[in-house]
Amino acid sequence: MGWTRKVLRVDLTKGTCKSEPLNMQWAQEYLGQRGLATKYFVEEVDPKVDPLAPANKLIMATGPLTGTMASTGGRYSVITKGALTGAIACSNSGGYFGAEMKFAGWDMVIFEGKSPKPVYLSIQDDNAELRDAAHLWGKTVWQTEEIIKKTHQDTQIRVASIGRAGENGVMYACVVNDLHRAAGRSGVGTVMGSKNLKAVAIRGTKGAGGIRDGKAFMQATVAAKKVLADNAVTGQGLPTYGTQVLMNVINEMGALPTRNHRDVQFEDARKISGEAMHEKRPTDGKAQLVTNAACFGCTIACGRISKMDEGHFSVVNKPEYWGASGGLEYEAAWALGAANGVGDLEALQYANLICNEDGYDPITFGATVGAAMELYDLGILTKEQIGMEAPFGSAQALVKLSEMTAKGEGFGKELGLGSARLCAKYGKPELSMGVKKQEFPAYDSRGIQGMGLAYATSNRGACHLRGYTVASEVLGIPVKTDPLVTEGKADLVKAFQDATSVFDSAGVCVFTTFAWTMADLQPQLDAACEGGWSMEKLTLLGERVWNMERLFNNAAGFTAKDDDLPPRLKTEPAKTGPAKGKVNGIDVMRPEYYKARGWDDKGVPTKETLSRLGL
Amino acid sequence: MKVTLKLYAMLSDYLPDAARKSNALELELDAGTTPAQLIAGQNLPLKLCHLVLVDGVFIPPATRATRPLVDGETLAIWPPIAGG
Repeated sequence: MGWTRKVLRVDLTKGTCKSEPLNMQWAQEYLGQRGLATKYFVEEVDPKVDPLAPANKLIMATGPLTGTMASTGGRYSVITKGALTGAIACSNSGGYFGAEMKFAGWDMVIFEGKSPKPVYLSIQDDNAELRDAAHLWGKTVWQTEEIIKKTHQDTQIRVASIGRAGENGVMYACVVNDLHRAAGRSGVGTVMGSKNLKAVAIRGTKGAGGIRDGKAFMQATVAAKKVLADNAVTGQGLPTYGTQVLMNVINEMGALPTRNHRDVQFEDARKISGEAMHEKRPTDGKAQLVTNAACFGCTIACGRISKMDEGHFSVVNKPEYWGASGGLEYEAAWALGAANGVGDLEALQYANLICNEDGYDPITFGATVGAAMELYDLGILTKEQIGMEAPFGSAQALVKLSEMTAKGEGFGKELGLGSARLCAKYGKPELSMGVKKQEFPAYDSRGIQGMGLAYATSNRGACHLRGYTVASEVLGIPVKTDPLVTEGKADLVKAFQDATSVFDSAGVCVFTTFAWTMADLQPQLDAACEGGWSMEKLTLLGERVWNMERLFNNAAGFTAKDDDLPPRLKTEPAKTGPAKGKVNGIDVMRPEYYKARGWDDKGVPTKETLSRLGL
Repeated sequence: MKVTLKLYAMLSDYLPDAARKSNALELELDAGTTPAQLIAGQNLPLKLCHLVLVDGVFIPPATRATRPLVDGETLAIWPPIAGG
């Protein structure tokens, strides 16, 4: 439906909800979702703001293709200053919540201030009101959604909420929608919790409309869906095996971070892989994987729906975890598994369920457990401090620690800090495996060099979804590049970062880029939106969004020193695999990248660059 | 010479039952056998042999018929897949 041209502004301090027109000049320059909401954010919020102060704002934003018949058009993003990182945060989620926001007639919701008491926002088309959430505070994500639907006597309401992690100040709390889809990274749920905002519940009945050229849009979306269906990756590979098919690939390449990046290959990788999820368990004769699943409007359907082994130690006598639920996806399986050396697939799915149920990021959590296990291995943390034995590989410790983190109990409170703050507290800051206080995802940059640069320069801290050069360096999409060299990676990273900024601003899933190029997205956007959305305009948009985020981070106090990797990845060579003997070449790639970006040697965009981008 | 063949995702259907649990099959091959010859010998559909690694290193399509395998190497193959 293109834009609805309406923004809902919610002042949590005053308890008011007001409609205002979307700034259409900005929409022409920043499109929607990530780009447009970040524009609103940087115009309205002091970069130096404490992320947990009332002066920080939080925006939930859709893109112009959200809620339309474009494939994967169900995305929305949460934009704020991240609690975990202190950098610009933009966490993207699928499911059905984003489309519902559009159906209710809103492009975005801006939350400002802090409510004096717990509240949730109820939206029914044009009507928006803050309602008391005292009865929801202390409830899990899953309980919250159930209670809200019963309260409103409407099973079709879509809910995005925080769990107990967001209430308890876990620094990497998520906003979870539709039970197991999440705006997962950087602590956007922590910011939501700091505002006493428990949930947003939306029912929209307006449907889709307002497409600029309906006939052209129909033709463009049908053609683009055919591209996805005909592509072997999006048509067969992802629906069948999901993202988890990568576990064995990345392990074979020697780029699977293991035991807090001490190793680059995990001996039990196969046990926690997508292939293992398909196999019947010897214990009950059933496979963990039940089916695949799609988000709103998605014709790929990469999502995993699984059932646990009811006899596994983590869920014995806990029937609430026996039903079909989301997971495992590759990132969660890696972080909860290889990062800690845990090879128990059922334990990983249990910890994943707890992350979904109480709303915290499994990547940062798993990596933080990995760091804690290394501190335990070094004798810096003791059994008494943690409350249990916690050696690498302990499924029992992983399971218990996930519960303690959700509830904010004992050592779980310390794990809730994330690895950067935890390792600094115990005098070993170098053992935190991340950038800008956000932990790495599932690719070791000694074996995939470009990802080191992508991590170091990601505007929201270490992240694979800001510039997924794995597509090129490992999978050959769009062209194969050598993962073990630094040459050419500056331009490659920039190209991925800018293109991803466009897809994240459009309302579609970045996984479409395994088949689509910008040339597949452009006709859909141009048919949906006024303004002549040419390839040139979109290309410039991506670079503009990236630089806008960079300017915010620079003003927040980040410098070139923050575009760096932990010493382990620069000084401790990979021990095995094709990258054996290699470290990451970030110090070679960084200046090349700054030059490619049109930034000075301190990582600041030059006047010429800003002028060219209209910033 | 001995070479380990690993087949993943949909390609694992081409492994004997006993090898599916590990996705790996140890083979005795003539010296100088190339990845392309091994793929043909196992009757693997070419369009599914997308990502071909020898000891974790990508072998481009152009050299799959010319680069001989060496005793002790592992040839791992995936169909077109992706993740994130």
